Amino acid sequence: MIETSADSAQPLPGDFAIWIFIFAELVVFGVLFAAYAFARSSHVDVFNASQLTLNRAYGFADTLILVTSSYSVARATLSIKAGSSTACGHWLAGALGLGGLFLVLKSVEFHQDLAQGITLSTNLFYMFYLALTFFHFMHVVMGMAILAVVDYKAYAGRYSAENYTGVETGGSYWHMVDLVWIILFALVYVIH
Amino acid sequence: MKYPSQQVAKPYFIAALALFVGQIVFGLIAGLQYLHGTFLFPELPFDVAHMSHTNLLIVWLLMAFMGAAYFIVPEEAQTELYSPRLALVTFWVFLIAAALTIVAYLFVPYAQLAAITGNAALPTMGRGYLEQPLPTKIGIVLVALSLLFNVTMTLIKGRKTSINLILVGSLWGLALLFLPAFYFPHDTVKASFGWWWIVHGWVEGDWELILGALLGFILIKMTGVDREIVEKWLYIIVAMTLISGIIGIGHHYYYTGAPSYWIWLGSIFSALEPIPFILLIVFSFKMLMQRRREHPNKAAMLWALGTPVMAFLGAGLWGFMITLAPAQYYIHGTNFTAAHGHLAFFGAYAMVSLAIISYAMPLLRGRTANSAAAQRWEMAGFWIMVFSMIGITLALTGAGIVTVFLQRAADDPMGFMQAQDKARVFFWVREFAGVAFFIGLLVYLRSFFIAGEYEYADEMKQALAA
Repeated sequence: MIETSADSAQPLPGDFAIWIFIFAELVVFGVLFAAYAFARSSHVDVFNASQLTLNRAYGFADTLILVTSSYSVARATLSIKAGSSTACGHWLAGALGLGGLFLVLKSVEFHQDLAQGITLSTNLFYMFYLALTFFHFMHVVMGMAILAVVDYKAYAGRYSAENYTGVETGGSYWHMVDLVWIILFALVYVIH
Repeated sequence: MKYPSQQVAKPYFIAALALFVGQIVFGLIAGLQYLHGTFLFPELPFDVAHMSHTNLLIVWLLMAFMGAAYFIVPEEAQTELYSPRLALVTFWVFLIAAALTIVAYLFVPYAQLAAITGNAALPTMGRGYLEQPLPTKIGIVLVALSLLFNVTMTLIKGRKTSINLILVGSLWGLALLFLPAFYFPHDTVKASFGWWWIVHGWVEGDWELILGALLGFILIKMTGVDREIVEKWLYIIVAMTLISGIIGIGHHYYYTGAPSYWIWLGSIFSALEPIPFILLIVFSFKMLMQRRREHPNKAAMLWALGTPVMAFLGAGLWGFMITLAPAQYYIHGTNFTAAHGHLAFFGAYAMVSLAIISYAMPLLRGRTANSAAAQRWEMAGFWIMVFSMIGITLALTGAGIVTVFLQRAADDPMGFMQAQDKARVFFWVREFAGVAFFIGLLVYLRSFFIAGEYEYADEMKQALAA
């Protein structure tokens, strides 16, 4: 019990500035999710019917990929704390690979949607589905750009067991991208 | 001031202030024409006064931004400006072109101006803010190219700070976003799309980045806070501006013939647009609290802190009040929009321009800060202008509400002119507040004519005696 309270007193990992950004991002996604719920409340039938057309297997695979990439980022942080910048670099490269796989899978899904003639104008559900997933897609791209910079620095030996704030900063943002997807998957693909 | 070539900023700042005076004069005339429709008719009809008011606004802000770029980029890059001569030539070209355009507005009927200047060959004239004849528009592009060439070459040969990268990058954005001015199709929906890329792209996107860079520069200089901290804040503000602002353009697409999903996307994303302004306020006041020095230029600090607050009120709060589609359905095109426009343009862009002028002009005149007496005049000008602008905003909001309830949301709606008549009292309040604003501007300008610089010894003596 004492340990728990000691843990909770630890400072936030990474640079404090990234937490301001994460908070602002969560506000943005929070507003989007609230708008989704608000729109759904008056179009329940349309939302339920259209939701069933989504490919949940893809959505579930996307979720597994992102959660695994987050695990990879967590291992990268542990590695650098243990003083191994090469292992840190490898784990980050793994996370980047998984991020890339997510983008490929999501692109395939978008392609199939478009092939079926689904657009923003099809109905209110698809408008939200496309807008939310594409907006999140762009966040994955941004998260990967951040991780790529961190990875480059890790391989260049700029981090160490004493100096690893950059790895935690990039990792915190990536976890946020992952967290948002988990909520998005549950909200848009599953719950009805 | 560290590099002699920064001096080229001076004529830009002086011209900006002169054009600002012109803008207010035309504003007062147009405001009076709301009350007496035939005032100065037919010599100066309302549309010409209105057009001169808005066009002068854009020109003086561009002048101030360009002056700011010529001042900041060399200092940040730690090198002389690539070509001070080109900057001066560009200044005269821009000033003469702007003056000729306004003179043409005043003395040549608009349709005739369009015919003389080749509008038939490439139609660009007529849309709000973009009324300029074709030669002026081409001139704007050439002036922008000259500025971009000059500051980019300076950046390439010097130190690359985040402030410089954001400033020069957003100046490129400013120029590129002006290009849709040359796209004016017959299809009004498409024409509207292109028009908003410029107007929204500038004021709710790109210019916010310029604002952030200018404010960041002033705060680094005045508070002595670590550059690294300021840069982190700026990156977050830039990111939130783009995340909310790009899709936020959809709030201009409601009920215009654009697809209906814009009603949702525009409402949601534009409702998020106040976030960067809130971050700007937190950033500025945090920097103030963490300051490591007391800069003698108190007036510049007042402008720098006033900017995010007023920008939040004008762009953030007043913008939010009219941005959601169900509200916009009734409010569209009423004076509520004009209220938002006035407070947002003044609070964000006029004030940040005055902030950089306030910081830079004393340095350009060879002193760290103006004398205490001059600063008192300047700060008096600040408060009079700020409160007068709030007065104008509240009056226009009142007029807008009258229109909404009598003409838009009423069971038995009144005609347009009848509703306007009912709002007369608000137009009077607006005109008086406008006169007060003009007085504030004169008080502010008076500060430039008080000689002498800030005397540390005198101020210290007075402080100790008190």
